Amino acid sequence: MMKRNLTTHHSATLSAMERQEEDEDRVKLFGFWSSPYVYKVEWALRIKGIQYDYIEENLENKSDQLLEYNPVHKKVPVLIYQGKPIAESEVILEFIDEAWKHHGDRILPEDPYDRAMARFWVRFGKDTLSPPIWKWFTTQGQEQEAAYAAAVEQLQILEKELDGKRFFAGEKMGLVDLSLGPFSYIIPIYEEITGVKLIKEEKLPSLLAWMDNFLNSSIVREHLPPMDKLKLRCQAIREAFLKNTN
Amino acid sequence: MAGAEDLKLLGMWASPFVLRAKLALSLKGLNYEYVEEDLKNKSELLLKSNPVHNKVPVLIHNGKPVCESTVIVQYIDEAFAGTGLSLLPSDPYERALARFWAAYIDDKLLPSWTKTSRGSTEEERAEGKEQSAVAVENLEGALRECSKGKPFFGGDNPGYVDVILGGLLGWVRASEELYGINPFDPAKTPLLAAWAERFGALEAVDPVIPEVNKLVEVAKMMQAKLAAEAAGASN
Repeated sequence: MMKRNLTTHHSATLSAMERQEEDEDRVKLFGFWSSPYVYKVEWALRIKGIQYDYIEENLENKSDQLLEYNPVHKKVPVLIYQGKPIAESEVILEFIDEAWKHHGDRILPEDPYDRAMARFWVRFGKDTLSPPIWKWFTTQGQEQEAAYAAAVEQLQILEKELDGKRFFAGEKMGLVDLSLGPFSYIIPIYEEITGVKLIKEEKLPSLLAWMDNFLNSSIVREHLPPMDKLKLRCQAIREAFLKNTN
Repeated sequence: MAGAEDLKLLGMWASPFVLRAKLALSLKGLNYEYVEEDLKNKSELLLKSNPVHNKVPVLIHNGKPVCESTVIVQYIDEAFAGTGLSLLPSDPYERALARFWAAYIDDKLLPSWTKTSRGSTEEERAEGKEQSAVAVENLEGALRECSKGKPFFGGDNPGYVDVILGGLLGWVRASEELYGINPFDPAKTPLLAAWAERFGALEAVDPVIPEVNKLVEVAKMMQAKLAAEAAGASN
Protein backbone atom coordinates (compact mmCIF):
# COMPACT_ATOMS: atom_id res chain seq x y z
CA MET A 1 0.00 0.00 0.00
CA MET A 2 1.50 3.23 -1.21
CA LYS A 3 1.43 6.20 1.04
CA ARG A 4 2.94 9.60 0.74
CA ASN A 5 5.22 10.59 3.60
CA LEU A 6 4.62 14.21 4.43
CA THR A 7 7.72 16.40 4.58
CA THR A 8 10.15 15.89 7.42
CA HIS A 9 11.84 12.96 9.04
CA HIS A 10 11.50 10.84 12.03
CA SER A 11 14.73 9.24 13.32
CA ALA A 12 16.22 11.16 16.18
CA THR A 13 18.73 8.36 16.62
CA LEU A 14 20.52 8.88 13.30
CA SER A 15 23.63 11.06 13.26
CA ALA A 16 23.46 14.33 11.38
CA MET A 17 25.53 12.93 8.50
CA GLU A 18 23.48 9.75 8.28
CA ARG A 19 20.35 11.85 8.34
CA GLN A 20 21.68 14.03 5.53
CA GLU A 21 22.64 11.01 3.45
CA GLU A 22 19.33 9.36 4.07
CA ASP A 23 17.63 12.62 3.27
CA GLU A 24 19.48 12.99 -0.01
CA ASP A 25 18.63 9.44 -0.97
CA ARG A 26 14.93 9.86 -0.44
CA VAL A 27 12.87 10.56 -3.49
CA LYS A 28 10.88 13.76 -3.05
CA LEU A 29 8.03 15.19 -5.02
CA PHE A 30 6.88 18.78 -4.96
CA GLY A 31 3.24 18.95 -5.91
CA PHE A 32 -0.13 20.63 -5.72
CA TRP A 33 -3.32 18.80 -4.81
CA SER A 34 -5.23 19.63 -7.98
CA SER A 35 -2.45 19.35 -10.55
CA PRO A 36 -3.03 16.54 -13.06
CA TYR A 37 0.68 16.63 -13.93
CA VAL A 38 1.56 15.80 -10.34
CA TYR A 39 -0.83 12.84 -10.32
CA LYS A 40 0.74 11.40 -13.46
CA VAL A 41 4.08 11.32 -11.67
CA GLU A 42 2.57 9.84 -8.51
CA TRP A 43 0.87 7.05 -10.45
CA ALA A 44 4.19 6.29 -12.18
CA LEU A 45 5.99 6.10 -8.84
CA ARG A 46 3.30 3.71 -7.62
CA ILE A 47 3.68 1.51 -10.69
CA LYS A 48 7.35 1.22 -9.80
CA GLY A 49 6.67 0.80 -6.08
CA ILE A 50 8.87 3.77 -5.16
CA GLN A 51 8.47 5.40 -1.76
CA TYR A 52 8.66 9.17 -1.79
CA ASP A 53 8.21 12.23 0.36
CA TYR A 54 5.49 14.52 -0.85
CA ILE A 55 5.67 18.27 -0.36
CA GLU A 56 2.47 20.22 -0.98
CA GLU A 57 3.20 23.62 -2.47
CA ASN A 58 1.10 26.72 -2.08
CA LEU A 59 1.21 27.95 -5.67
CA GLU A 60 0.34 31.46 -4.58
CA ASN A 61 3.32 31.49 -2.23
CA LYS A 62 5.91 29.16 -3.68
CA SER A 63 8.56 27.81 -1.37
CA ASP A 64 12.20 28.85 -1.70
CA GLN A 65 12.99 25.18 -2.26
CA LEU A 66 10.69 24.93 -5.27
CA LEU A 67 12.08 28.12 -6.79
CA GLU A 68 15.59 26.78 -6.26
CA TYR A 69 14.81 23.39 -7.77
CA ASN A 70 12.81 24.69 -10.74
CA PRO A 71 14.02 28.22 -11.42
CA VAL A 72 13.14 28.04 -15.12
CA HIS A 73 9.42 27.24 -14.82
CA LYS A 74 8.74 27.63 -11.08
CA LYS A 75 6.11 24.90 -11.42
CA VAL A 76 5.12 21.55 -9.99
CA PRO A 77 5.71 18.65 -10.31
CA VAL A 78 9.39 18.55 -9.48
CA LEU A 79 10.95 15.21 -8.59
CA ILE A 80 14.09 15.19 -6.48
CA TYR A 81 16.35 12.18 -6.98
CA GLN A 82 19.59 11.95 -5.00
CA GLY A 83 19.29 15.65 -4.32
CA LYS A 84 18.92 16.52 -8.02
CA PRO A 85 15.73 18.03 -9.49
CA ILE A 86 13.82 16.87 -12.53
CA ALA A 87 10.96 18.99 -13.87
CA GLU A 88 8.25 18.66 -16.58
CA SER A 89 5.92 15.70 -16.14
CA GLU A 90 6.70 13.96 -19.46
CA VAL A 91 10.42 14.18 -18.71
CA ILE A 92 9.84 12.88 -15.17
CA LEU A 93 7.78 9.92 -16.41
CA GLU A 94 10.53 8.76 -18.77
CA PHE A 95 13.09 9.32 -16.02
CA ILE A 96 11.14 7.18 -13.57
CA ASP A 97 10.96 4.39 -16.13
CA GLU A 98 14.71 4.53 -16.73
CA ALA A 99 15.99 5.15 -13.19
CA TRP A 100 13.96 2.21 -11.87
CA LYS A 101 14.13 0.08 -14.99
CA HIS A 102 13.99 -3.20 -13.10
CA HIS A 103 11.35 -2.24 -10.55
CA GLY A 104 7.71 -3.02 -11.29
CA ASP A 105 6.26 -2.75 -14.78
CA ARG A 106 7.83 -0.86 -17.66
CA ILE A 107 6.09 2.41 -18.41
CA LEU A 108 7.48 2.66 -21.95
CA PRO A 109 7.77 -0.35 -24.28
CA GLU A 110 11.18 -1.79 -25.23
CA ASP A 111 10.89 -1.61 -29.00
CA PRO A 112 12.09 1.72 -30.49
CA TYR A 113 9.13 1.96 -32.88
CA ASP A 114 6.60 1.34 -30.12
CA ARG A 115 8.38 3.93 -27.99
CA ALA A 116 8.12 6.42 -30.84
CA MET A 117 4.39 5.72 -31.14
CA ALA A 118 3.91 6.22 -27.38
CA ARG A 119 5.79 9.55 -27.50
CA PHE A 120 3.77 10.62 -30.55
CA TRP A 121 0.48 10.10 -28.72
CA VAL A 122 1.74 11.89 -25.62
CA ARG A 123 2.50 14.91 -27.82
CA PHE A 124 -0.89 14.56 -29.46
CA GLY A 125 -2.55 14.71 -26.06
CA LYS A 126 -0.55 17.77 -25.09
CA ASP A 127 -0.44 19.78 -28.34
CA THR A 128 -3.59 18.76 -30.20
CA LEU A 129 -6.18 17.42 -27.78
CA SER A 130 -5.73 19.53 -24.64
CA PRO A 131 -6.05 23.00 -26.19
CA PRO A 132 -9.58 22.58 -27.65
CA ILE A 133 -10.77 20.80 -24.49
CA TRP A 134 -9.46 23.67 -22.37
CA LYS A 135 -10.97 26.19 -24.73
CA TRP A 136 -14.32 24.41 -24.65
CA PHE A 137 -14.30 24.56 -20.87
CA THR A 138 -13.25 28.20 -20.57
CA THR A 139 -15.41 29.86 -23.23
CA GLN A 140 -19.05 30.18 -24.24
CA GLY A 141 -21.19 30.82 -27.28
CA GLN A 142 -19.74 30.38 -30.74
CA GLU A 143 -16.16 30.15 -29.51
CA GLN A 144 -17.17 27.29 -27.22
CA GLU A 145 -19.08 25.52 -29.99
CA ALA A 146 -16.08 25.66 -32.31
CA ALA A 147 -13.80 24.37 -29.56
CA TYR A 148 -16.26 21.55 -28.80
CA ALA A 149 -16.27 20.45 -32.44
CA ALA A 150 -12.48 20.53 -32.58
CA ALA A 151 -12.23 18.53 -29.34
CA VAL A 152 -14.62 15.86 -30.63
CA GLU A 153 -12.61 15.60 -33.86
CA GLN A 154 -9.39 14.96 -31.92
CA LEU A 155 -11.14 12.54 -29.57
CA GLN A 156 -12.30 10.55 -32.58
CA ILE A 157 -8.71 10.21 -33.70
CA LEU A 158 -7.83 8.93 -30.25
CA GLU A 159 -10.80 6.55 -30.31
CA LYS A 160 -9.46 5.04 -33.52
CA GLU A 161 -6.02 4.60 -32.00
CA LEU A 162 -7.43 2.95 -28.88
CA ASP A 163 -9.60 0.63 -30.98
CA GLY A 164 -11.15 -1.38 -28.14
CA LYS A 165 -7.90 -2.02 -26.28
CA ARG A 166 -8.08 -2.07 -22.51
CA PHE A 167 -5.36 0.58 -22.31
CA PHE A 168 -3.43 2.50 -24.97
CA ALA A 169 -0.41 0.41 -24.02
CA GLY A 170 -2.37 -2.87 -24.22
CA GLU A 171 -3.32 -5.05 -21.28
CA LYS A 172 -1.46 -2.90 -18.76
CA MET A 173 -1.26 0.88 -18.63
CA GLY A 174 1.74 2.72 -20.00
CA LEU A 175 3.05 6.17 -20.81
CA VAL A 176 0.13 7.29 -22.95
CA ASP A 177 -2.40 6.10 -20.38
CA LEU A 178 -0.63 8.00 -17.61
CA SER A 179 -0.32 11.07 -19.79
CA LEU A 180 -3.98 11.15 -20.84
CA GLY A 181 -5.21 9.64 -17.59
CA PRO A 182 -6.35 12.83 -15.85
CA PHE A 183 -8.90 13.34 -18.63
CA SER A 184 -10.74 10.33 -17.22
CA TYR A 185 -11.89 12.39 -14.25
CA ILE A 186 -11.48 15.93 -15.57
CA ILE A 187 -13.74 15.53 -18.60
CA PRO A 188 -16.70 14.28 -16.55
CA ILE A 189 -16.22 17.27 -14.23
CA TYR A 190 -16.17 19.64 -17.21
CA GLU A 191 -19.26 17.92 -18.61
CA GLU A 192 -21.10 18.36 -15.33
CA ILE A 193 -20.18 22.04 -15.05
CA THR A 194 -20.94 22.99 -18.66
CA GLY A 195 -23.98 20.72 -18.85
CA VAL A 196 -22.67 19.33 -22.15
CA LYS A 197 -21.52 15.79 -22.88
CA LEU A 198 -18.17 15.60 -24.68
CA ILE A 199 -17.63 11.84 -24.66
CA LYS A 200 -20.77 10.16 -25.91
CA GLU A 201 -21.12 6.37 -25.89
CA GLU A 202 -22.43 6.17 -29.46
CA LYS A 203 -19.43 8.04 -30.84
CA LEU A 204 -16.56 7.23 -28.46
CA PRO A 205 -17.26 3.85 -26.83
CA SER A 206 -13.61 2.74 -26.56
CA LEU A 207 -12.63 5.99 -24.84
CA LEU A 208 -15.52 5.74 -22.43
CA ALA A 209 -14.48 2.20 -21.52
CA TRP A 210 -10.84 3.27 -21.22
CA MET A 211 -11.77 6.04 -18.79
CA ASP A 212 -13.47 3.43 -16.67
CA ASN A 213 -10.55 0.98 -16.92
CA PHE A 214 -8.15 3.73 -15.95
CA LEU A 215 -10.10 5.06 -12.98
CA ASN A 216 -10.76 1.58 -11.63
CA SER A 217 -7.20 0.32 -11.99
CA SER A 218 -5.53 -0.53 -8.70
CA ILE A 219 -2.85 2.11 -9.22
CA VAL A 220 -5.25 4.98 -9.91
CA ARG A 221 -8.25 4.29 -7.73
CA GLU A 222 -6.10 4.46 -4.59
CA HIS A 223 -4.82 7.87 -5.51
CA LEU A 224 -7.13 10.47 -6.99
CA PRO A 225 -7.69 14.14 -6.14
CA PRO A 226 -10.64 15.06 -3.87
CA MET A 227 -13.40 15.34 -6.48
CA ASP A 228 -15.76 17.77 -4.72
CA LYS A 229 -12.94 20.16 -4.02
CA LEU A 230 -11.70 19.80 -7.60
CA LYS A 231 -15.14 20.44 -9.03
CA LEU A 232 -15.40 23.69 -7.07
CA ARG A 233 -11.99 24.74 -8.25
CA CYS A 234 -12.86 24.01 -11.91
CA GLN A 235 -16.11 25.93 -11.55
CA ALA A 236 -14.24 28.94 -10.19
CA ILE A 237 -11.75 28.72 -13.06
CA ARG A 238 -14.50 28.68 -15.67
CA GLU A 239 -16.24 31.63 -14.04
CA ALA A 240 -13.01 33.62 -13.91
CA PHE A 241 -12.37 33.05 -17.62
CA LEU A 242 -15.90 33.99 -18.64
CA LYS A 243 -15.72 37.13 -16.58
CA ASN A 244 -12.42 38.15 -18.19
CA THR A 245 -13.67 37.90 -21.72
CA ASN A 246 -16.71 40.12 -21.23
CA MET B 1 24.35 -0.43 -41.78
CA ALA B 2 20.96 0.51 -43.24
CA GLY B 3 20.72 0.78 -47.00
CA ALA B 4 19.20 3.90 -48.55
CA GLU B 5 16.00 2.06 -49.32
CA ASP B 6 15.33 1.33 -45.63
CA LEU B 7 15.08 4.97 -44.63
CA LYS B 8 13.00 7.68 -46.25
CA LEU B 9 12.54 11.23 -45.01
CA LEU B 10 9.60 13.30 -46.20
CA GLY B 11 10.44 16.96 -45.79
CA MET B 12 10.43 20.57 -46.89
CA TRP B 13 13.81 22.24 -47.42
CA ALA B 14 13.14 25.34 -45.26
CA SER B 15 11.58 23.56 -42.28
CA PRO B 16 13.63 23.65 -39.07
CA PHE B 17 11.81 20.52 -37.89
CA VAL B 18 12.85 18.61 -41.00
CA LEU B 19 16.39 19.89 -40.47
CA ARG B 20 16.44 18.26 -37.03
CA ALA B 21 15.76 14.87 -38.63
CA LYS B 22 18.44 15.49 -41.28
CA LEU B 23 20.96 16.48 -38.62
CA ALA B 24 20.28 13.34 -36.59
CA LEU B 25 20.63 11.12 -39.66
CA SER B 26 23.77 12.94 -40.76
CA LEU B 27 25.44 12.85 -37.34
CA LYS B 28 24.80 9.13 -37.11
CA GLY B 29 26.13 8.60 -40.64
CA LEU B 30 22.90 7.03 -41.90
CA ASN B 31 21.94 6.83 -45.58
CA TYR B 32 18.41 7.73 -46.50
CA GLU B 33 16.21 8.81 -49.38
CA TYR B 34 14.97 12.38 -49.10
CA VAL B 35 11.62 13.35 -50.60
CA GLU B 36 10.86 17.07 -50.96
CA GLU B 37 7.18 17.72 -50.39
CA ASP B 38 5.16 20.51 -51.97
CA LEU B 39 3.15 21.52 -48.93
CA LYS B 40 0.48 23.08 -51.14
CA ASN B 41 0.08 19.75 -52.92
CA LYS B 42 0.91 17.02 -50.42
CA SER B 43 1.77 13.58 -51.72
CA GLU B 44 -0.35 10.50 -51.13
CA LEU B 45 2.56 9.04 -49.21
CA LEU B 46 2.67 11.98 -46.82
CA LEU B 47 -1.07 11.96 -46.24
CA LYS B 48 -1.00 8.22 -45.67
CA SER B 49 2.10 8.31 -43.43
CA ASN B 50 0.94 11.17 -41.22
CA PRO B 51 -2.84 11.00 -41.33
CA VAL B 52 -3.21 12.80 -37.99
CA HIS B 53 -1.28 15.96 -38.85
CA ASN B 54 -0.39 15.74 -42.59
CA LYS B 55 2.88 17.46 -41.70
CA VAL B 56 6.58 17.05 -42.34
CA PRO B 57 8.97 15.70 -41.25
CA VAL B 58 7.98 12.05 -41.49
CA LEU B 59 10.63 9.36 -41.24
CA ILE B 60 9.68 6.08 -42.86
CA HIS B 61 11.79 3.16 -41.67
CA ASN B 62 11.16 -0.19 -43.35
CA GLY B 63 7.77 1.14 -44.41
CA LYS B 64 6.74 2.28 -40.93
CA PRO B 65 6.23 6.03 -40.41
CA VAL B 66 7.46 8.09 -37.43
CA CYS B 67 6.14 11.65 -37.00
CA GLU B 68 7.04 14.71 -34.88
CA SER B 69 10.63 15.97 -35.03
CA THR B 70 11.60 15.26 -31.41
CA VAL B 71 10.05 11.79 -31.62
CA ILE B 72 11.91 11.14 -34.88
CA VAL B 73 15.28 12.22 -33.47
CA GLN B 74 14.87 9.99 -30.41
CA TYR B 75 13.73 7.14 -32.64
CA ILE B 76 16.80 7.51 -34.87
CA ASP B 77 18.98 7.38 -31.77
CA GLU B 78 17.28 4.29 -30.37
CA ALA B 79 16.65 2.29 -33.54
CA PHE B 80 20.27 2.81 -34.64
CA ALA B 81 21.80 2.60 -31.19
CA GLY B 82 24.91 0.84 -32.38
CA THR B 83 25.60 3.23 -35.27
CA GLY B 84 27.63 6.40 -35.05
CA LEU B 85 27.17 8.91 -32.21
CA SER B 86 24.80 8.35 -29.33
CA LEU B 87 22.59 11.42 -29.24
CA LEU B 88 21.25 10.83 -25.74
CA PRO B 89 23.60 10.05 -22.85
CA SER B 90 23.27 6.77 -21.00
CA ASP B 91 22.68 8.12 -17.49
CA PRO B 92 18.96 8.56 -16.70
CA TYR B 93 19.45 11.93 -15.00
CA GLU B 94 21.53 13.30 -17.87
CA ARG B 95 18.87 12.03 -20.29
CA ALA B 96 16.19 13.81 -18.29
CA LEU B 97 18.17 17.06 -18.45
CA ALA B 98 18.52 16.72 -22.22
CA ARG B 99 14.80 16.06 -22.66
CA PHE B 100 13.98 18.97 -20.37
CA TRP B 101 15.95 21.41 -22.50
CA ALA B 102 14.62 19.99 -25.76
CA ALA B 103 11.09 20.53 -24.44
CA TYR B 104 12.08 24.05 -23.37
CA ILE B 105 13.23 24.91 -26.87
CA ASP B 106 9.86 23.88 -28.33
CA ASP B 107 7.62 25.10 -25.51
CA LYS B 108 9.30 28.42 -24.70
CA LEU B 109 12.03 29.47 -27.13
CA LEU B 110 10.28 28.83 -30.43
CA PRO B 111 6.92 30.37 -29.48
CA SER B 112 8.69 33.47 -28.18
CA TRP B 113 10.52 33.86 -31.51
CA THR B 114 7.30 33.35 -33.44
CA LYS B 115 5.60 35.98 -31.30
CA THR B 116 8.44 38.42 -31.91
CA SER B 117 8.36 38.11 -35.70
CA ARG B 118 4.72 37.29 -36.35
CA GLY B 119 2.81 38.82 -33.44
CA SER B 120 -0.26 40.59 -34.82
CA THR B 121 0.09 43.67 -32.61
CA GLU B 122 3.07 45.75 -31.64
CA GLU B 123 2.36 44.89 -28.02
CA GLU B 124 2.46 41.18 -28.78
CA ARG B 125 5.74 41.52 -30.68
CA ALA B 126 7.28 43.48 -27.79
CA GLU B 127 6.12 40.77 -25.39
CA GLY B 128 7.69 38.19 -27.68
CA LYS B 129 10.96 40.08 -27.61
CA GLU B 130 10.97 40.11 -23.81
CA GLN B 131 10.16 36.40 -23.64
CA SER B 132 12.86 35.63 -26.22
CA ALA B 133 15.46 37.43 -24.14
CA VAL B 134 14.53 35.33 -21.10
CA ALA B 135 14.49 32.13 -23.14
CA VAL B 136 17.95 32.57 -24.67
CA GLU B 137 19.33 33.56 -21.28
CA ASN B 138 18.00 30.30 -19.85
CA LEU B 139 19.47 28.38 -22.78
CA GLU B 140 22.82 30.00 -22.23
CA GLY B 141 22.67 28.65 -18.67
CA ALA B 142 21.61 25.27 -20.03
CA LEU B 143 24.60 25.14 -22.32
CA ARG B 144 26.90 25.99 -19.44
CA GLU B 145 25.28 23.28 -17.28
CA CYS B 146 25.09 20.56 -19.93
CA SER B 147 28.41 21.10 -21.67
CA LYS B 148 30.49 21.46 -18.49
CA GLY B 149 33.06 23.45 -20.48
CA LYS B 150 32.98 21.12 -23.47
CA PRO B 151 32.00 22.22 -26.99
CA PHE B 152 28.41 20.92 -27.15
CA PHE B 153 25.27 20.41 -25.08
CA GLY B 154 26.12 16.75 -25.50
CA GLY B 155 29.66 17.28 -24.22
CA ASP B 156 32.60 16.35 -26.44
CA ASN B 157 30.21 15.39 -29.20
CA PRO B 158 26.88 16.87 -30.30
CA GLY B 159 23.84 15.26 -28.76
CA TYR B 160 20.08 15.49 -28.57
CA VAL B 161 19.80 19.13 -27.50
CA ASP B 162 22.39 20.19 -30.07
CA VAL B 163 20.22 18.59 -32.77
CA ILE B 164 16.95 20.05 -31.47
CA LEU B 165 18.42 23.56 -31.25
CA GLY B 166 20.51 23.00 -34.37
CA GLY B 167 17.40 22.62 -36.48
CA LEU B 168 16.79 26.32 -35.92
CA LEU B 169 20.22 27.41 -37.14
CA GLY B 170 19.18 28.26 -40.70
CA TRP B 171 16.54 30.65 -39.40
CA VAL B 172 18.85 31.98 -36.69
CA ARG B 173 21.30 32.97 -39.43
CA ALA B 174 18.54 34.43 -41.62
CA SER B 175 17.19 36.41 -38.69
CA GLU B 176 20.04 38.89 -38.80
CA GLU B 177 19.33 39.84 -42.41
CA LEU B 178 15.57 39.79 -41.99
CA TYR B 179 15.15 41.52 -38.65
CA GLY B 180 18.59 42.89 -37.84
CA ILE B 181 18.62 40.63 -34.78
CA ASN B 182 21.06 37.91 -33.91
CA PRO B 183 19.11 35.66 -31.54
CA PHE B 184 22.43 34.40 -30.16
CA ASP B 185 24.03 37.78 -29.55
CA PRO B 186 27.70 37.20 -28.62
CA ALA B 187 27.50 40.11 -26.19
CA LYS B 188 24.58 38.62 -24.26
CA THR B 189 24.92 34.89 -24.89
CA PRO B 190 28.57 34.25 -25.72
CA LEU B 191 28.39 30.50 -25.18
CA LEU B 192 25.42 30.10 -27.53
CA ALA B 193 27.03 32.34 -30.15
CA ALA B 194 30.19 30.24 -30.07
CA TRP B 195 28.13 27.04 -30.08
CA ALA B 196 26.22 28.18 -33.18
CA GLU B 197 29.48 28.76 -35.06
CA ARG B 198 31.00 25.52 -33.89
CA PHE B 199 27.97 23.31 -34.47
CA GLY B 200 27.27 24.93 -37.83
CA ALA B 201 30.80 24.26 -39.00
CA LEU B 202 30.73 20.51 -38.30
CA GLU B 203 31.29 18.34 -41.34
CA ALA B 204 28.03 16.50 -40.71
CA VAL B 205 26.10 19.74 -40.22
CA ASP B 206 27.36 22.43 -42.59
CA PRO B 207 26.17 20.89 -45.87
CA VAL B 208 22.75 20.08 -44.40
CA ILE B 209 21.74 23.58 -43.22
CA PRO B 210 19.64 25.41 -45.84
CA GLU B 211 21.24 28.42 -47.52
CA VAL B 212 20.58 31.66 -45.70
CA ASN B 213 19.83 33.72 -48.82
CA LYS B 214 17.19 31.20 -49.90
CA LEU B 215 15.57 31.35 -46.46
CA VAL B 216 15.63 35.14 -46.57
CA GLU B 217 14.01 35.04 -50.02
CA VAL B 218 11.23 32.73 -48.76
CA ALA B 219 10.64 34.88 -45.69
CA LYS B 220 10.47 38.07 -47.75
CA MET B 221 7.98 36.47 -50.12
CA MET B 222 5.88 35.38 -47.12
CA GLN B 223 6.03 38.88 -45.60
CA ALA B 224 5.00 40.45 -48.93
CA LYS B 225 2.13 38.02 -49.26
CA LEU B 226 0.90 38.73 -45.72
CA ALA B 227 1.20 42.48 -46.29
CA ALA B 228 -0.77 42.22 -49.53
CA GLU B 229 -3.46 40.19 -47.80
CA ALA B 230 -3.67 42.74 -44.99
CA ALA B 231 -3.85 45.62 -47.46
CA GLY B 232 -6.48 43.77 -49.49
CA ALA B 233 -8.48 43.01 -46.38
CA SER B 234 -8.54 46.61 -45.21
CA ASN B 235 -9.85 47.89 -48.56
